[in-house]
Amino acid sequence: MEKKINIRRNLWIALLLMIVSGALFLFYNLGNSWEFALRLRGLKVVAILVVAACVAFSSVAFQTLTNNRILTPSIMGFESLYLLIQTLIVYMYSDQTYRVLSSIDNFMVSVAGMIGFSFLLYLLIYKKGKDNLYLLLLVGIILGTLFSSLSSFMQLLIDPNDFFIVQGKMFATFNKINNKLLWPSLVVMTATLIIGFRMTRYLDVLALGRDQAINLGMNYNRVVKIFLVMIAVLVSVSTALVGPITFLGLLVTNLTYELFRTHKHYLLIIACIMVSATSLLIGQFFMEQVFNLSIPLSAIINIVGGFYFIYLLLRVKKL
Amino acid sequence: MRALILTIVLLILAFVSLFVGVGDLSASLITVSRVPRTAALILAGVGMSISGVIMQQMTQNKFVSPTTAGTLEAAKMGLLIFLIFTPGAGMTLKMLSAFLFTFLSSTVFLAIVRKIRHRNVIFVPLVGLMFGGIIGSISTFFAVQLNIVQDTNAWLMGDFSGILQGRYELIYLTLPAILITYLYANKFTLVGMGEDFSRNLGLNYNAIMNIGLFCVSLTVSSVVITAGAIPFLGLIVPNVVSMIFGDNLKKTLPLVALSGAIFLLVCDVIGRVVIYPYEVPIGVTVSIIGSVLFLFLLLWKKR
Repeated sequence: MEKKINIRRNLWIALLLMIVSGALFLFYNLGNSWEFALRLRGLKVVAILVVAACVAFSSVAFQTLTNNRILTPSIMGFESLYLLIQTLIVYMYSDQTYRVLSSIDNFMVSVAGMIGFSFLLYLLIYKKGKDNLYLLLLVGIILGTLFSSLSSFMQLLIDPNDFFIVQGKMFATFNKINNKLLWPSLVVMTATLIIGFRMTRYLDVLALGRDQAINLGMNYNRVVKIFLVMIAVLVSVSTALVGPITFLGLLVTNLTYELFRTHKHYLLIIACIMVSATSLLIGQFFMEQVFNLSIPLSAIINIVGGFYFIYLLLRVKKL
Repeated sequence: MRALILTIVLLILAFVSLFVGVGDLSASLITVSRVPRTAALILAGVGMSISGVIMQQMTQNKFVSPTTAGTLEAAKMGLLIFLIFTPGAGMTLKMLSAFLFTFLSSTVFLAIVRKIRHRNVIFVPLVGLMFGGIIGSISTFFAVQLNIVQDTNAWLMGDFSGILQGRYELIYLTLPAILITYLYANKFTLVGMGEDFSRNLGLNYNAIMNIGLFCVSLTVSSVVITAGAIPFLGLIVPNVVSMIFGDNLKKTLPLVALSGAIFLLVCDVIGRVVIYPYEVPIGVTVSIIGSVLFLFLLLWKKR
């Protein structure tokens, strides 16, 4: 028999953990110029919260739409497109990159590129009258593979010194959060989440499967499209803000499903945001205080998430 | 008859490939660089497309191939790890390391497929691509630590311009794999009908699966070591051939092999001509032409 899990209590514990890890991250070893350090760390905390919310909502919604626990929206070509855009920019402007394109321009270009790409992708699939989500994913991934080989080709041609600009973009980092990007991302994220949370009850129905949802009177294609658009916006914002963290979504959603066995997506998503924020805060804390920034956080997340993924595939009965 | 036509096409292309973009011809140039290059192209084309067929039979899924099952990534990782830990080691050891990684990852992938086979057909390659992504991110992690991301990208991108006499011979290891596949073609056809069915017909299912794994790993790792990763080939060629000629491997295998070689030769000639006197690595040309073709197959197929 399955153990009954007290969801309310777990939610409070998760909130407490998040606050504790946040406080630890903010106040541990502040040093003399504490005002400066606190301001810097405060920005990182806001960035972590934004990314956590984006990743949590998009991954949970995506997994419910596709009825599985092992896919994340970022594999759909978003991240490889982001890297392609970054490579292209460095390829064109080489060491002038930062002079020609301010970080806010870069952010705009990346977000617009990713959202535009996803719209084209959706149009392509739905125009063809094939409302098969898996097909959408496969086409997205294939395009993603195409983008990555294009970027590897361009990376061969880039001057090794300029390549470090690209390499800096290949891994998500919270170490150099840009003030100017943070606030627009926060606004977009909040707006999307407000709409998103009003629609979480649709997710509860979608979790029953396509046929059931239609049977219950839902306008399936329309609702799915709205969710796909929201997912595209959230993934684009978080990727353009800090960079690609492919397997974070996979890790935190599955952790959340284990800790909170509920089918109410309202609760699931809130819980998942807290789980993501806590893990990012703790990860960033260890990276700064213990490893002295020697390993990129996203590399650790990718490795942990990757092994967890293989474990899931081999051990868990139902996927 | 069809095989004959394809053979003639292949011979013409091979001839073209020998002489495209050559400055001044000399006998030594031909033996040192030209013949090895064309031979390597043909072997890689045959080998990669045949590995695709075997993998599709073993998983009973048309979308599985070295690209969509993490096989290429695993071969890359084997090579990379070996380069990191024992930089001075010879080709044979590198080959062994790449082979072991490929074999291991294919075994894991088969175990995964066994669990999810009965879901959607497209779900299997999705999981395979994700699996490949993980293996890739682990290799990238090591590469970042050593600041060799750009170099590894260069080493591992499919490219035949560095093929010279004395540096490509490992690719002949694909020959035994191709031969074995042809001899066992009928058995692979049976394996493609499912485990229960093939056991029922008296087939030693596990033995055939292991032979298949062995051939695929040998082919993929030797191609990756000599020329780098060539994506999509094992996915597209078998699918096109099976759409036109059906699934009787004893008959279609030669056609798949010939078409694979032809496809790769065409891509190579295109890559050499478009920005002459430079050349686009074949990994890029194949990837562009291949992904477009594959999307075409996916979206415009009748069923």
